Order: sequence, then structure tokens, then C-alpha cells
Amino acid sequence: MLRRHLLIAGAALLAAGTAIAPSVTPAQAQESVKVGELFSYARMAAFADPYRKGWQLAVEEINASGGVLGGKTLEIVSRDDGGTTADAVRVADELVTNEGVEFLFGTFFSNVGLAVGDYAKQRRVLFIAAEPLTDALTMAQGNRYTFRMRPNTYMQTKMLVEAGRESGAKTWAIVAPNYEYGQSAAANFKALLAEMDPEAEVVVEQYPALGKIDAGATTQAILGANPDGIFNATFAGDQAKLVREGQLRGLFEGRTVLSLLTGEPEYLAPMGAETPEGWIVTGYPWEQIDTPEHLAFVEAYQAKYDDFPRLASLLGYSIPYVIKEMLDKAGSTDTEAMVDALKGLEVETPTGPVTMRAIDHQATMGAWVGRLTVEDGQGKMVDWYYADGADFAHTPEAVKAVRPAE
Amino acid sequence: MDPAFFFIQFLSGLASASNLFLIACGLTIIFGVTRIVNFAHGSFYMLGAYLAYTLTAQLMPILGDVVGFWLAIPLAAAAVGLLAVLMELLLLRRIYHSHELFQLLATFGVVLIVQDLVQTVWGPEELFGPRAPGFTSFVVIFGFRFPEYQLVLIAAGPLVLGAIWLLFNRTRWGNLVRAATQDREMVGALGVNQARLFTGVLFLGGFLAGLAGALQLPVEPANPFMDVNIIAEAFVVTVIGGMGNVLGAFLAALIIAQLQAFGILVFPQITLVLPFLVMALVLVVRPWGLLGKPETTTSHGFAGDRPLRPLGRTQQLLIAGTVAILLLLPLVLGEYGQKLALEVFVYALLAFSLNFIMGAGGMVSFGHAAYFGLGGYGAALLVHHLGFGMEIALLAAPLFAGLGALLFGWFVVRLSGVYFAMLTLAFAQIVWSTAFQWVELTGGDNGMIGIWPSDWASDRTVYYYLSLLVCGAAIAFLWRASHAPFGYTLRAGRDSTLRADAIGIDLKRHQWLAFALAGTCAGVAGSVFVFSKGNIDPGSLAIPTSVDALVMVLLGGIQTLTGPLVGGAVFHLLEAQILPLTDYWRALLGAAILVLVIAFPMGIAGFLRDKLLPDDDRGDDQREAAARGAAEKGRAEAPT
Amino acid sequence: MSEPVLQVEGLRKAFGGVIAVDTVSFEVAAGRLFAIIGPNGAGKSTCFNMVGGQLLPDAGRVQLAGQDITGLPPRRIWRLGVGRTFQVAATFTAMTVVENVQMAFISHRRRLRALLPTARKLYRAEAMAVLERVGMADQAERQCGLLAYGDIKRVELAIALAHEPRLLLMDEPTAGMAPKERIALMALTADIVRERGISVLFTEHDMDVVFAHADTLLVLDRGRTVATGTPDAVRDNPEVQRIYLGGSGVEAAQRAMEARA
Repeated sequence: MLRRHLLIAGAALLAAGTAIAPSVTPAQAQESVKVGELFSYARMAAFADPYRKGWQLAVEEINASGGVLGGKTLEIVSRDDGGTTADAVRVADELVTNEGVEFLFGTFFSNVGLAVGDYAKQRRVLFIAAEPLTDALTMAQGNRYTFRMRPNTYMQTKMLVEAGRESGAKTWAIVAPNYEYGQSAAANFKALLAEMDPEAEVVVEQYPALGKIDAGATTQAILGANPDGIFNATFAGDQAKLVREGQLRGLFEGRTVLSLLTGEPEYLAPMGAETPEGWIVTGYPWEQIDTPEHLAFVEAYQAKYDDFPRLASLLGYSIPYVIKEMLDKAGSTDTEAMVDALKGLEVETPTGPVTMRAIDHQATMGAWVGRLTVEDGQGKMVDWYYADGADFAHTPEAVKAVRPAE
Repeated sequence: MDPAFFFIQFLSGLASASNLFLIACGLTIIFGVTRIVNFAHGSFYMLGAYLAYTLTAQLMPILGDVVGFWLAIPLAAAAVGLLAVLMELLLLRRIYHSHELFQLLATFGVVLIVQDLVQTVWGPEELFGPRAPGFTSFVVIFGFRFPEYQLVLIAAGPLVLGAIWLLFNRTRWGNLVRAATQDREMVGALGVNQARLFTGVLFLGGFLAGLAGALQLPVEPANPFMDVNIIAEAFVVTVIGGMGNVLGAFLAALIIAQLQAFGILVFPQITLVLPFLVMALVLVVRPWGLLGKPETTTSHGFAGDRPLRPLGRTQQLLIAGTVAILLLLPLVLGEYGQKLALEVFVYALLAFSLNFIMGAGGMVSFGHAAYFGLGGYGAALLVHHLGFGMEIALLAAPLFAGLGALLFGWFVVRLSGVYFAMLTLAFAQIVWSTAFQWVELTGGDNGMIGIWPSDWASDRTVYYYLSLLVCGAAIAFLWRASHAPFGYTLRAGRDSTLRADAIGIDLKRHQWLAFALAGTCAGVAGSVFVFSKGNIDPGSLAIPTSVDALVMVLLGGIQTLTGPLVGGAVFHLLEAQILPLTDYWRALLGAAILVLVIAFPMGIAGFLRDKLLPDDDRGDDQREAAARGAAEKGRAEAPT
Repeated sequence: MSEPVLQVEGLRKAFGGVIAVDTVSFEVAAGRLFAIIGPNGAGKSTCFNMVGGQLLPDAGRVQLAGQDITGLPPRRIWRLGVGRTFQVAATFTAMTVVENVQMAFISHRRRLRALLPTARKLYRAEAMAVLERVGMADQAERQCGLLAYGDIKRVELAIALAHEPRLLLMDEPTAGMAPKERIALMALTADIVRERGISVLFTEHDMDVVFAHADTLLVLDRGRTVATGTPDAVRDNPEVQRIYLGGSGVEAAQRAMEARA
């Protein structure tokens, strides 16, 4: 009996041991700049996987073409942040105190981003948030050491509200997941709508729990109010249920639909032929963007991974280039020097030039806005244009009003 | 408003009710017969959807859309049924003699493994299945369009209910299942092969969960979050209906779905908390659910419980040694090591406080995180809104948690067993959703940041010693209380409510006080924790945190005082080691749990105790006899 | 004769439509052993549980030394000086024998909620004295759940005696024991209660035990009182003989009475 216990326990230890092979980008013999990266890889694999492919590609390119700081290798120490603040802060601490990384980037969830940002402030470590969308990260709870790459909820909502100006819709429905992202999208939408058209009003709001939408009842609740337009912030499975149910019940017929993120390949590709036609969305029509920088990125990405890029790939790819420019400008890995270098830094990315705004540490990376259609059984964005983040970010007055001074 | 509109809303509610019922009925049947609280039921549901996706993709081109689709659905369900059987044969069968909680823990391990398995096999992106051939359009009812497939779903619930009724009332096997639900020992006495009965029941339960998932495919793409998104609601429905009662599950599903459908018209934000609110109300009024029967056991002890002994010389030396090591540890540990160690103190206290009510009191809480989180939030609110320093916050926040435990405890101690567990869960979810939605006060799901220690304690090593002191003192206090009449009285009530009552013990009141005491100590852990990481968010009082605490206690061993301390340390270090380094940390953690459950059915500390400090009094068979005796006694004591 | 320790008047209980106990009245005199007997389903246990507080009567009154205790919870009844043993022994299985008895003392002295003293050290001598009296002192340190059943019954008796009750309620004290043990346990009980002047209300299946020790008998059948009185009177009651005792029962009664004489 005892022997069996020991055998099993031994096997388990062995399994655990082999699993703990560090996923560190191999360090070259010469000097390197060690950077910590953390993301919800296991919990958000659909987004995390292309994101990782993106930054890995960029790091490879940078190191192949001379590295950073005059010949040093960029070395990324990557970790799973567990998707919770409790785990993420510990993981960040492990990277900083154990691995001795120079600074951090990554994270997916807004609360995790805020927690790591606060840790960065406390420890005076630089942190570049990748995906967290919450406005608070660069506004009310922003700090000297935290920067953010993606356009935040406010910017993307503003892009949509302006795109919907033409529709002339006066009465609106809001459907958004019941957490900070959905609620702040809804709040932004209401404020921006009132600004744009004082006569327009929101007549019904629905806040299904994330991942648990009761699509039939929600659709019906919106139909009951008979709005001219719908602002949608649900995504992934919830959005899919809403689309199927809504199409059958005629929810979208004759109504303007403004939808956040739906045009991103992450969410668009799975919908295939069921893509709701006519929706106005933010997204990323990767196959149609033909600037040379972007074509080069897509070509390199497809060559390396034999897969098409998602928005997360683009995001992941852009960050190491920001890092490279920052390091070269700062001339060292001194945190204060890096922070100062990042403020107002302009970087060429496949999206075009992106500036890290000095005033709120928000990058001006934009998004593409367009209309959805179906072609050859695949969803597609048409009539799209690139909305430059610089035109949609918070005004300096708004920033000054809420962002704590350094 | 238009009555037709309400009718349509009612129909939409019926369709969701069917879905809820399908998943809950399998769960309730499995529980009724095997007494296993099957966390993996959500995984079965998810697998049903994924398998249906694969099967429809394979079969529809070959057999034509209609035949292919409608064949794929039952095939997917049957395949899930077989997977459930596999789980029974490979895993559950090895641990039927362990405590029910260990079976629960094992199914939790399966959940973790299946999550990674599904992503490996099917990829992380959601997969859209086909619409159901023959039901791709809509009908017009009172001027409103209504999807045909929703009508299919509406019919599916009652059809399955009818089929189960026939199975249970018209077949010998079904009669056995019913009999076993009412009295497991009796069926054993009738000479029925219990193992085979369990296998069959697992198949049926898995089949029903798979069916629910497969039928969901035309509505919702298969995605890797289906399991966690459904499992809590499935338990809520099962419990409201009365565990083991299929008709009760049907009623409960109807109630929840209709309240949801109409509730969102009035309170769109209620979606998070509604099911738990209903469960709490039902359990307060009907402690065994709508149609459930009172549990007849009056003993909540655990196999392998032994009398508490005073510490021997060796143990005293061991403890002194451990304390000395902990005091010297900062000399060798780096900053990160100290952080990890102080988190271990926090989790050890959390687990120890849970075991105070669980091990000594026989009260298994699924919502202990509520008090951990209340402690954290209490501290954060004091610092954030009232501008107090860390010292005041550390003192006052645990009282905040204690008050919460006092309030909720008053209700929960009136219940026992699984219902107790589920009511604690419901209250925890209510606290969670309050923290989640009261954005002005708590910062919502973004939480609050900037909750750092006072300057004098902001040095890592200083805070290490502070954590050691505070958590150590709380543990020592609870340790003392366990050996004091307070703890003995709690243990007395666990061993026999009948005898406790017959020697003048007001057990409910005593359990209430113990619940509050444990909650207060969990609050201590929570407030120490919040200053160690600088922020708090609703995750600290969410279900996963409660489950983690439970896992720590069980891993360490529920029957020993040291168990939860060992469990807290092992679990946290294991998680901290494997989590950041691999995308498959969930599967590894799940596998580790399974190994521990099978290899150490008494927990790590229990295992060591039995190996190193055998009670000369007892052989293995004697121990089993004692366990059996306790179980039989519990049943026989029921008032007649 | 002094005032009765226990007075039961018109006790009644129905479950659904079935009347389990129908207007039963009796009195237990101080220092006496009072037995309730009757065939299975006669309502003995129901009657018993209404006296002990485990069941709430539909009608009727239970008085302890003149004080109305009807409907009080068991713990309150215990505090008024009523000890209790159960048909299936109820002890704290994960405690040692002596701790089981100590618990009764701790409760009696109202120290249940003390958070700091070591329970194991409290009232140990007192508990050992009681165990000595029931012959369990040598097993005091064993875990209660591991004892032989007869020994568990003795522990139960010790627990019930701890707070020096004036009345002991014993529901089938010898159920599940070997015949030899039964006699021994009941003889022990009778000795103790007589030396301490404790009254006993008990139910019992074993006629040898009943007629050997009971001072007064109450015979129940389907919830109704059939007869009440001294063992002699009950044994000779023709209705009792017809519905309950039968030929062999009478023989047993005879045998027991002779042994007692």
C-alpha cells in the first residue's frame, strides 16, 4: 500500500518537474536586457496565443537586426499571471525581485492591469500594459510608471459614436456585459451620445452577466423598447448568442448597431457566415490593410506561424518596438530615464506612427472602424477607415481633471 | 405593456428553464445516489457541446443535414456519458470510502484537467455549430417572432422529465436508483451491486449533461468557458429543488429562468446575483430546498477523526523548530521568497480558520472567501475612504469580517450538510456581487489599489515579521480554542447533535459563535493579505478563493490541526511554482490534486500522522469499523 | 410517599393520520424505576421522546417535580436535572471516554464557551469518579468510537449521571447487547440509582430485565394505555397477557420475579 502511494507521488513530482521547464527566450552569450512579461495565457488562450506569437516575432526581428542599446539582446521572461490580481502581483514581484527584470509589460484583464500598475508605482518599476481597456489605468488611477498600448474603452466608444452620427438614430438600446468594461463602455456611450446629439436618448439598458447571457430574454427586452439603434459591448460567446437570437427575432432589422471589438479577427472569424451584416464596428481588417509596414508584418507573421494575425498579434508585435525605441532613447535601463523616454515617444508600427502621450501615458494606437458584411461565408469589414487614436483620446482638460499629478 | 410581449418573455424564460433543468437533473441524480457533489458536471456539459460540434461536422456531410445533426446530438450525449463512466471507474471508485468532500475535491481536479484538455483538442477560440436542421427559422406568435429552435428547447425539458419518470417508475433499474436515493444502505443490504449501480448512474448523469451541452450548440458556440459559466447555476437549481429530487430541479429551473427573464426588465443589473439571492431565500425558508427531504444524519464527523492529544515532546520540538526557522528565514530568503512565505502564512490562517468550523464543527463552508474578502475590503475601505492607517485597519477589518459572519452565520447554522455549504456559497456570492457592483464604494471589479503598509512596515522583511506575528497569533489563538471547552463543544456537536443536546449544549448558538470566530480569523488573513499586495478586488471573495481554501484543508487533512497549515503551504507553493511557468498549470494542478486524493485519502498531515504516530489502539479494520459505526449511528439516531 | 418526580398527563402525538400516542398519563415516584413496555409500534419511543424534549406533543402536559417542562428543548430539560440515554448509544465518538464525561461536567458548570483553558484538564477527577462507578475507569483514555457496544452504553450511563440528575430517561438501555451484558448493565444501573435516590423512566423489550428491576410498569399498545401497576399486577392482567405477553412472556416474567425474590 505504502509503496503504491510513493510510486504515485513520485510520478506526480516527475510530471511537475518536467513541466517546470522555464519558458525563457534563450539568452545569448552577450549582454542582454531582461524584460518581464505576464499575461493570462491559460485563461485567455484565444487572445493570448496570437499575442505571444506577435511579441516573439518582434523580439526575434529586433535581436536579428542588432538588438537594443547598441548590441544588447532583448530577453523576455514570460509568465502566466493567473488571471487574478492576487496571482498577478505575486508573479510581477517574482519577475522584478527574483528574475531581476528591468521592467514589465503585458496583462489582459483591467483589474489585473490596475493592480500591476499600482505595484509598479509602489516599487518604481516601469510597466507597459498591453490589453487592459479600462480608462482608469491612464486616467483616475494612472501613475508615473504605468503606460498603456491599446486604445481604451473611451477611445473605441468615441470612434463608434462618431461613426454612428450619420444614422440619425434618436432612441438607443445598450447591451453590455455586467462588469467594468461593459459598464464604462455604457457610461462613455451615454455621455458621448448626449454630447453629440442632445435629443438622442437611451431607452433600454441590458447588462447580462459575462458568459451567461439569456439571449432570448435580453433580445425581447430590447425589442420591447423598440429603439432606433443598439450599442453593443458584449463579445465572444455572449455576442454569438445575441446575434443568433437577435437575427431570428428581427432585432437588428432596420436598426443601427454599433458594436465594440466585433470586427477584430478574434471574434469575427469564428462567426463565419453568421456575421451580422451592416453592423458598425471597431476591428482589424488585417487582410485589407496595404500599407508597406503592415504588409511586411503580415508576411513575416504568416511565414513564421502559418496563421493569420489577430488584433492581439498586432498589439503583441508592436510592444517590443516601443521598447526598443524607448531603450535607445533612454540610453540605459534606469527606470526614471526609461519613463522619461517613453513620455511622448514616437514609434513606427505596422499601424503607422504611434505616440505614447506624455499627458496620460496612453498610446495613440488607433482602431479600424467599418461596416460588417459577409463574403464567401466569411465575415468582413467594408467601408473601413483607420481611426487614429490621437483624435479620440481624452482631452487634456479631461485628463487634468481626474489624473493624479505625479 | 403589451400582454403578448410578456407571453413571449415567458416563452423565452421557458427555453432557458429547459436548459437549466437538463444540466441540473443529471447533477441531482448523481448526488441522490452517490452523494457526490460533482463539480465536473459543468465539464460534461461543455464536452457535450464540443463533441456535438465535432460529430455534426463529421456526420452532416455524410448522412445529410437532418439525419446527421439529430444523430450527432444523442451520440455526443452518449459519448459524454461514457466519459463520466470512465471518471467513475478510474477515479471515483478508488475513493468511495473517503469522505464525500474528497470526492468533491477529485471532481474539482477533473474540472481543471478538462479545461486544458478541451483547449488542447479544440483550440481556444469559440466554435460555431450549425443551426438545427428543420428549426432554423422562426414562428410568429402574437405578432412577435419566436425562434423555432427555442420551441424545441421548451419541449426538451418536459420530455426529459417524462423520460426520467418512466425510467424511474417503470424499470427495475430505475426503481433501484430511486431506492438508493432514499436509502443507500438498504440497497446495499438487498444485495445490489452498488458499484455497477453507481456506474450506471454516472452514465445517466453524464448523458444528460452532455445532452444539455449538445442541444445548446445551435444557440451558443462551443467555448472553453461553458463549464464555469454553468456550474454555479446548475448547483443553485439542484439545491433549490432539493438535492436528489428531479421534479424539484425542474421547478427550480422554471423559477430561476422566469425570474431572470422578467427580472432584467426591471433591474437590468440583477443578472449577477439573482440566482444566489433566490437560493438564499429558499434555503432560509426551506432548509432542504423545495422538494428535498431533511438529511437524517446527526453526526458530521469524518472517518479517521481521533481525540485531540496534548503535544508530545517531539511535536513540541518540531513546532519550536518551525517557528525558529520562520524567524530566521528572511536571512536566507530573497525579497520574493519572503513575499511567498508571508502569503503562505495568510493562506495557512485562512485554511486553519476554515477547518475550525469544518474539521471541528463538521460545518463545510463553500463560502469562506467571503470573510477573507470582507477583511480585505474592510481594510481597504478604511484606508481608502476614511484615511486610516494600516495599524487601525489591521485591527478593525477583522471585526468587519466577523460582523459579516455573525450576520450570515445566524442563518446558515440552521442548515446542515450540503445545504449548509450551499447557503454559505449563496451568501458569499451576494457579498461578491455587492463588491462587484457597488462601484462608488468598492471600485467594482477593478477593485481598489494603493492599499500599502505604513512606512515603518513597508520594508518587505518588516512586513514579513508583521504577517508572521499577526497570522501566527491568530493561528495560536484558534489552536488554543480548539483545545478549550469551546472547541470541544464544537466537536461534540459534530460527533452527535443528539448527545450534545442531551447534555445541555445549545448547539446552534455555539456553531453560530464558532462561525463568527472563524470568519473573524479569515478576516485577519484577508487584511494582512491586502497590505501585502496593495490592492483588493472581488476575486478575493469569489468562488475560486473559497474552493482554494477548501482544497488546502482537504490536502492537508481535515482530521488534524496541523493539516490545514500543511495544506495551505503545499497548495500555495505548488500553485506559485507551476502557475507562471506553463500554459497548462490548471491541468498540472488538477493532476496533482488527483494524485493527492488517491494517494493520501487522509490528507498529507493525516497520512503522516497515521504512518508516524500510529495509535497502538487501532488497526486498519478497527478504524474502518469505527467509521462505519459512526455512519450507521448517524442514521439510526434520527427521531422516529 | 413524596411528590412524584415526573408527572405525565394526557400526552398525545399523531404522525399524519396515525395516532402514535393517545392520551397517556402516568407518574414516576421519587427513587423508583418505572418501565414502559409494549409490542413494536406501541408508542414507547414516541412517548419517551416527548418526555425528553426531542418531540413536541400535540396535547398533554409533562411536569418535572411540579414544573411544567412540556415542549422544552432537550438541553433545557437536561439542565433541570434529567439525564438521558438513547436506544442507539449517542456519544462523542472522536473523544476519549473520559472526555465524554468531562463534557457533561463542562456543560453543567456552564463553561462551554471558555476559549482558553485546556478542556482535557477540566473536571477530570470528577469524571474519573463516575467512570469508576460504572466500571469504565480502566478504559478512560480510549477513543469512545472504538469501544465494544456494551462499554459504550456504560459510557452513556456515566455521561447521564454526571450532573447528578433526579431523573434518568433510558430508552431501551440494553438494546443491541448480549443477554449476559444486559443483566449486568441493568443491575449496575439499578444499584446506582437506588443508592443515589434517582428515579428512572425506561422502556425495554427484554422482559427479564423489566420484571427484574421495575417498580412500576406501564403497558402500551397502539398508543393506548393497557395497564399500569406493579409487576405482579401487570403480569396477572388478562388483557396484557392476551395482547402482549403471551405464554412465553408470562414465563419470563415469572422467572424474573423469582430470581428477584
